Amino acid sequence: MTADHQRRYPLGACDLAPIWRTGATLMVVVKDLKKRFGETEALKGVSFEVEPGTVLGVLGPNGAGKTTTVRILTTLLKPDSGTAEIEGIDVIANPAQARARIGLTGQYAAVDERLTGFENLQLIGRFFHMRKSIAEQRAHELLDQFRLDQAADRVVKTYSGGMRRRLDIAMSLIARPSVLFLDEPTTGLDPRSRQEMWEVIENLVAKGTTTLLTTQYLEEAERLADRIVVIDHGTVIAEGTAGELKAQSGGQRVEVTLSDASQLDRVTPALSEFQIDGTHESIDVDALTVTIPVTTTDRLVPAVVRRLDSVGIDVADVVVRRPTLDDVFFELTGKPAEADEDSGDQRGEQ
Amino acid sequence: MSATGTLAGSGRESESAPYSVPRGPIWLLRDIWAEGTRHLRATIRNPDLLVFAALQPIMFVVLFVYVFGGAIQIPGYRTYQQFVVPGIFAQTVVFGSAFTGIGIAEDMQKGFIDRLRSLPMYQPAVLIGRTWSDLLRNAFTFVIMMVVGLIVGFRLEGGIINSLLATLLLLAFAFAFSWIQAWIGLSVKSVEAANSAGFIWMFPMTFVSSAFVSTESMPRWLAKAAEVNPFTIVTNAVRALYNGHPVGNDVWWSILWALGLTAVFSALSFRKFQNTSK
Repeated sequence: MTADHQRRYPLGACDLAPIWRTGATLMVVVKDLKKRFGETEALKGVSFEVEPGTVLGVLGPNGAGKTTTVRILTTLLKPDSGTAEIEGIDVIANPAQARARIGLTGQYAAVDERLTGFENLQLIGRFFHMRKSIAEQRAHELLDQFRLDQAADRVVKTYSGGMRRRLDIAMSLIARPSVLFLDEPTTGLDPRSRQEMWEVIENLVAKGTTTLLTTQYLEEAERLADRIVVIDHGTVIAEGTAGELKAQSGGQRVEVTLSDASQLDRVTPALSEFQIDGTHESIDVDALTVTIPVTTTDRLVPAVVRRLDSVGIDVADVVVRRPTLDDVFFELTGKPAEADEDSGDQRGEQ
Repeated sequence: MSATGTLAGSGRESESAPYSVPRGPIWLLRDIWAEGTRHLRATIRNPDLLVFAALQPIMFVVLFVYVFGGAIQIPGYRTYQQFVVPGIFAQTVVFGSAFTGIGIAEDMQKGFIDRLRSLPMYQPAVLIGRTWSDLLRNAFTFVIMMVVGLIVGFRLEGGIINSLLATLLLLAFAFAFSWIQAWIGLSVKSVEAANSAGFIWMFPMTFVSSAFVSTESMPRWLAKAAEVNPFTIVTNAVRALYNGHPVGNDVWWSILWALGLTAVFSALSFRKFQNTSK
């Protein structure tokens, strides 16, 4: 947990390359970023890291501070305090150097729709001061990779929404960035385009492109990200793999339904070998169910049935409950995922 | 910070080296060129915009000359054409500068400015490329208007040199106004707002001036306003040059205004651009 590690490694101590940081260089290091827009504290001290070749999912509702974080990392916005590094380069002190190492795909497809797909790519290559031949070769490579080769010489105005997004990502990749930033890459796409975009991103990730992805969609974070940072109200409220986050939220449970209420309190003692130590069952007398947190769900149902049968408890049903990331999100933020927030802090997300 | 910095240096650069971006003044020019041609190419590809940009001034020339021409006599001018056509030239190039603000607002709205700001290019090139390409487009509109002007009877009575000078002065003024519009576009951030904020003040500015009628026919207070209006100053200078009349200090004042506006509003625009956050 970030807050915890902040406590153990206050700023400065972190710089002594602690043991957990040996090996590969961290691609992104964000420490205690704070940003205020007028009355609104968009970021209240956000810290996280991204390891090379991995995807970090920054997950949070609208107005949580995701975009503000990305804008700071991509040199578009200066934080009030805190530091942000790309490959060890301080993005606040050396924005030009940082820009040479990043690719940004924002919430809207930032393409020039008056130009062709090829011209858009070529333009970005020129702004990276690439040699013309290299930029052109790279543009063709990317058009193939993103299945836009057929549309390469068509004006982007004629592209579908999905094609524009793909071109947008291709443009971010022209100079082979060290870190790719995808800010809500599928927001506003129809389900089919979203699916398509996920495949595109999965392919990139398979090639080892270090990526920072923001999203409001749990499904997206779970599918694409190696690690997830959950942000709400400008603070990191949880961090870990999808599995770890799920484990944090009570974990998996078995739910036993009986046909007779008189046996309800005999269930827990009978199943103590499966129960996580120190946890409590919950009994619903009306529904005749007993729910117990369990250590494993592996072949649990037959084992539970046999066990209850052997002590003479009459079982009607046994169900295994695994938490979804939605449960986790709800538990952490106190509100369902994907719910829009109409608080005044939209500014940070614009 | 320092520890991670050295780690980065020793680490990754070898395998898929972060692209090192060459820099230098030549690259600034190339960036301006790349950004400028982006707009020019788009303009050529969508000639409707260009046609409409030229249509309005053509209409103005024809309307003013034939509707008011008969009724308005200006002392010292052989025909009303000689008086009004330079005024319409001035109005047109100044109105044409509004496209700078609208274009910038459009790029901002679509997130394209954000994209450019995240690139290792020379950042000022984004605005300079835009204003230069708009200047070229304005020059093209000017050529069309000049042709129409000559058709309706306007003559370059001041000779070729003076006329060239007048034209350069007009374009310099248009360039200065492009910077005002760039600043407006960066400030308002939406195409609709740029459209109104860009045009609204130019109507009183161009009409409360000597562009269409002599300021002597206006009420005293309005005439006073018209006489200090920089638009009047440049119109007078340009009109005198095309007609071969004595120019007085108007040319110098026009140059000063063009330089001053360019300096102030390019500085404001660059600053705004640095701190812009959509």
